Amino acid sequence: MINKGSRKLLEVKNLKAEVAGIEILKGVDLTICAGEVHAIMGINGSGKSTFSKVLAGHPDYTVTGGTAVFEGKDLFALEPEERARAGLFLAFQYPVEIPGVSNSALLRLAYNTMQNERGLEELDPLEFEDLVQEKIKVVEMDPSFLGRSVNEGFSGGEKKRNEILQMAVLEPKLAILDETDSGLDIDALRIVAKGVNSLLSPDNAVVMVTHYQRLLNYIVPDYVHVMDGGRIVRTGGKELALELEARGYDWLRAAA
Amino acid sequence: MTRDNMTITKEQCFEQLLLGKAVKSEGWLEHIRVEALERARALNFPSARHDDWRFTDLSALYLHDFHPVVAFARLNQDDIGEFVIPGAIRLVFVDGCFAAELSDLAQAGTGVTVASLVERLGDRKVEENFGRHAPYKQDAFAALNTNFFEDGAWIHIDGEATAPIHILHVATRREAASAIYPRCMVVMEPSSRATVVEDYVGLPLSKSPSLRSPPPQAGERANESLREFTLNDGIYFSNAVTEVVLKEHARLQHVRVQREGKNAFHIGHCSVEAARNSVYAATSVALGARVSRHTLHVVQQGEGAEMHLDGLALIAGRQIADTHTLINHAAPGGRSVQLHKCIAGGSAHAVFSGKVIVQEGAVGTDSAQSSRNLLLSGKARIDTQPQLEIFNDDVKCKHGATVGQINADALFFLRSRGFSEERARNLLTHAFAAEIIARIPVPILVETLSSTILERMGGGLNA
Repeated sequence: MINKGSRKLLEVKNLKAEVAGIEILKGVDLTICAGEVHAIMGINGSGKSTFSKVLAGHPDYTVTGGTAVFEGKDLFALEPEERARAGLFLAFQYPVEIPGVSNSALLRLAYNTMQNERGLEELDPLEFEDLVQEKIKVVEMDPSFLGRSVNEGFSGGEKKRNEILQMAVLEPKLAILDETDSGLDIDALRIVAKGVNSLLSPDNAVVMVTHYQRLLNYIVPDYVHVMDGGRIVRTGGKELALELEARGYDWLRAAA
Repeated sequence: MTRDNMTITKEQCFEQLLLGKAVKSEGWLEHIRVEALERARALNFPSARHDDWRFTDLSALYLHDFHPVVAFARLNQDDIGEFVIPGAIRLVFVDGCFAAELSDLAQAGTGVTVASLVERLGDRKVEENFGRHAPYKQDAFAALNTNFFEDGAWIHIDGEATAPIHILHVATRREAASAIYPRCMVVMEPSSRATVVEDYVGLPLSKSPSLRSPPPQAGERANESLREFTLNDGIYFSNAVTEVVLKEHARLQHVRVQREGKNAFHIGHCSVEAARNSVYAATSVALGARVSRHTLHVVQQGEGAEMHLDGLALIAGRQIADTHTLINHAAPGGRSVQLHKCIAGGSAHAVFSGKVIVQEGAVGTDSAQSSRNLLLSGKARIDTQPQLEIFNDDVKCKHGATVGQINADALFFLRSRGFSEERARNLLTHAFAAEIIARIPVPILVETLSSTILERMGGGLNA
């Protein structure tokens, strides 16, 4: 494991959350430091997607207990946009289509919002064009996608690559990839993984939320956490993912 | 005594309109004018139960006594500068009166006639077409216009108009509430092509000559994210009529922009007749006026004609905007595609009523109509009423309507990318409107309207 003992980015303690009055998270503990790659695995309904949405501030979910400190700030006191500006990024499981807003406009407006937050100069459309042409190589996307409406008419794989493009442009401290591998064929998976790997640095961290071990062959985690029943029931190294692949989840559920 | 404090009845309002200003014409037109006045008198304002008008609350209109414009304001090029479309053929009317000195006909090539209607009354083509399509015998507003119009635009295309034709109707702010009657007649000869932009604007206060501008009243700005339109706060009634004739294989792109002043009343009627294999493509945008109504009737008279009707009404504050369209497939093999959008903020009320009729003989008709609506506040209201009347079996017709709020998933997505909630809403609202605006085939107008919409939302999106 790399960069042991480095700076804490996120510290979640005993997090409880509900949606529509039903408790989904029942006490999650997780600490993520800069330079680390985490995987959160679990069956459908284990709470792993809820966990990522709660961290990003999805309004449908209510935090009922516990704390989360992100970059020294009380995460749950921040609006979703403030979390984003503080460096939290969620790659959506189901990326949203926004007809009428071009990909490049979205990226530029979002980028400049971050620049403002960081006290840096905004880029005008021409300057931004140069930047985005570099970033788009990360996900091997055709530049014609920049002129199209956000995700409109994109294939599943293109939508996921588009999420990673946003990540590349916004350069978050902590990126949560919510089932980014679902619905991807092997080529798209490789491209997405390559993109994410190229964005990793000792200063940032990635959390992959996934059902399958497949993605972890390409983005190798330092820690694998297994969620079940709204809690993290087991934490291990990357070999835990292989064990899950071989044995399924049942043995852990029984143990929990 | 200010007129604003006077309360009058609906009957008195109509009487006052009938008093109008007699515009004398010669021969054939005088017959039509006289008949129109008689019809207006007999018809009176539509009753609140009238099928075509029951959704349109005109009560605010009836409170005013509108006076005819007798002395016309003289404007200069600077006054209308912000509305000019460079390179276009331009015809300007100020309060309904033709302003030759502001017009620009340099780009009108061979076969393209763009002129004052009154100056061309001797033209047989004018006589053959004028008043044949607008329902001045059935509709009081069309009747009033037909009797009282001062002048209008005459557009006759026999060939191709390469430059867009911009008909700019400017309303100035006047002391008394005024009634103005814009009129337009477009005749497209076989296989001709043109783009016509009808543009109804309330001249900004700073540009209205020699008239006092009262300071803005406190609390006038809507507290919603969408601001009221504030081009000109004069009270006036713009009652417009347009007639369009497309002969075989003619193609017309017809743009209509209604950006009247905030206290204006705008009632417009457009009748279109489409002959065999002609293509009529309309994009109408309603942004202004206290109360506005746009009625568009398209008759597919000939086989295989195509009609594209796109519309957008974007209103806030206490605005009312009503769009009534009728597509009448009266011949075989016609195709109509319609997308209408309403966006209502504040306590605004938008109405869309879209009727498609497929006559018995109109076999092989292909018609699709979609009404999509966005409510920006809890107090805003949108009524949408798609209607299909089909009298034969060999047709393909579909229609759909949605009324919704800003998509919550899209809102969260944008916030998760760092956009404030307000900015995210504005971006999504603008995007919703942009789909229609983008269909206007005049790029500079797309740009202008797009930034007008952004300004109304409080800006903040051009970073």
